[in-house]
Amino acid sequence: MSAVVTPPRISWRLATVIDVVPETPRTRTLVLDVPGWPGHSAGQHVDVRLTAPDGYQAERSYSIASPPEDARLALTIERLEEGEVSTYLADELHAGDKLELRGPIGGYFVWDVALGGPLFLVAGGSGIVPLMAMLRHRDAALAASDTASRRRLPTRILYSSRGWDEVIYRDALAHLAESDPALEVRHTLTRNQPPDWSGFRRRIDREMLEEVAWPASEHPRVFVCGPTPLVEAVAQALVELGHEPALIKTERFGPTGGSV
Amino acid sequence: MPPVSRGFLGRRQSAAAAGRLPPGQYETRDFPVLSAGPTPRSPLTAWNFTVQGANGRTARWTWDEFLALPHSTTTTDIHCVTKWSKFGTVWEGISVDTLLTEAAAHGVEPSPFMLAKCDGGYTTNLPLADVMGGKAWIAFMYDGAPLAPEHGGPARLLVPHLYFWKSAKWVRELRLMEDDAPGFWESLGYHNYGDPWREQRYAGDE
Repeated sequence: MSAVVTPPRISWRLATVIDVVPETPRTRTLVLDVPGWPGHSAGQHVDVRLTAPDGYQAERSYSIASPPEDARLALTIERLEEGEVSTYLADELHAGDKLELRGPIGGYFVWDVALGGPLFLVAGGSGIVPLMAMLRHRDAALAASDTASRRRLPTRILYSSRGWDEVIYRDALAHLAESDPALEVRHTLTRNQPPDWSGFRRRIDREMLEEVAWPASEHPRVFVCGPTPLVEAVAQALVELGHEPALIKTERFGPTGGSV
Repeated sequence: MPPVSRGFLGRRQSAAAAGRLPPGQYETRDFPVLSAGPTPRSPLTAWNFTVQGANGRTARWTWDEFLALPHSTTTTDIHCVTKWSKFGTVWEGISVDTLLTEAAAHGVEPSPFMLAKCDGGYTTNLPLADVMGGKAWIAFMYDGAPLAPEHGGPARLLVPHLYFWKSAKWVRELRLMEDDAPGFWESLGYHNYGDPWREQRYAGDE
């Protein structure tokens, strides 16, 4: 006897590319119209499937960048040099093309304003994408709210990039922070910094987290997304700083040797 | 057939790789790490391993007792639900058959289902038949070295014929059960069984 109830299959849908937005030299955002999209939570992802003329197929997963409030689905694609699917999505696909996908997928690395805060987000490279969906969701859900309401969901994000030109959503993050006194955005640039750079210039470490993160005593909800070495180091340091492991949710990508 | 993606030709795997790849998978030479939270780190002096029967009887081993059990080396392909597959991975561990035999001497009787329980709170469920008959191990060595914490060390379940989330990291207990009950990912939208050759990734996949 099985206690498991089987829900309906997550079906493949044929999306239309509405727009392609350059983000950085290596990333761009695909804005998609997805007929019948059932909605999603900030932090979830989709599976994308490409089919060649002879029927050969390739599948990959991509995080959703848009908040649940948007009518259109946005995926931000990082071009990987050896990437069979990412090179197609980053170089070939243009507005008007069709793209097969299914989702939303993943029920753990998700955040909704109803879950509350404080919220502490840590991103490495394109690990920003699902966290941006959370920030956009927070902003959309609080759009009509006053400062007092925003302060009830205080949010900090620490974002590690190799250089200033590689910061995905750089202007959008600055814009969100300008209009929201309860949102703090901090950057660290690990390889190249502009001449006048006054921010962090090293990989995220325990000292940096101690300075930027909410203290463990405030029980922040923590989401960490990036390459494995960054996620391992950040999660470990946060545990050492007294954060409850159960409040730290992680999502990792790339080979174990990746770095940001 | 699904619609052709304009301008997509794809990068064919070699014929040998293609035959070893379940649908929707690609081969990687890396060993990616995926886990939902921080990597638990428990000292080996505090580590033990439990097999608990549905009748409440238990068998338990300390780390040293565990390592003294007969172990074996297995070379196998592994398939992660996030689409990567890795060929020819080499593991050393203790067959679940061995553990169940030892546990039977402590009064633990077989049941149709099993829940693997781990440090950090992770769980995954499997039919007992899928961990018997030389199909599953508790692995503590990978590629000739002690299993690294981020890969599930000191010991992880290894059930390579199912998607790799079933090969629970940091495993500490096998709990035998009369009824099936979903584990962590199985409660969060992933398939209850997870056969890569039938592409059972998500709940509802046939």
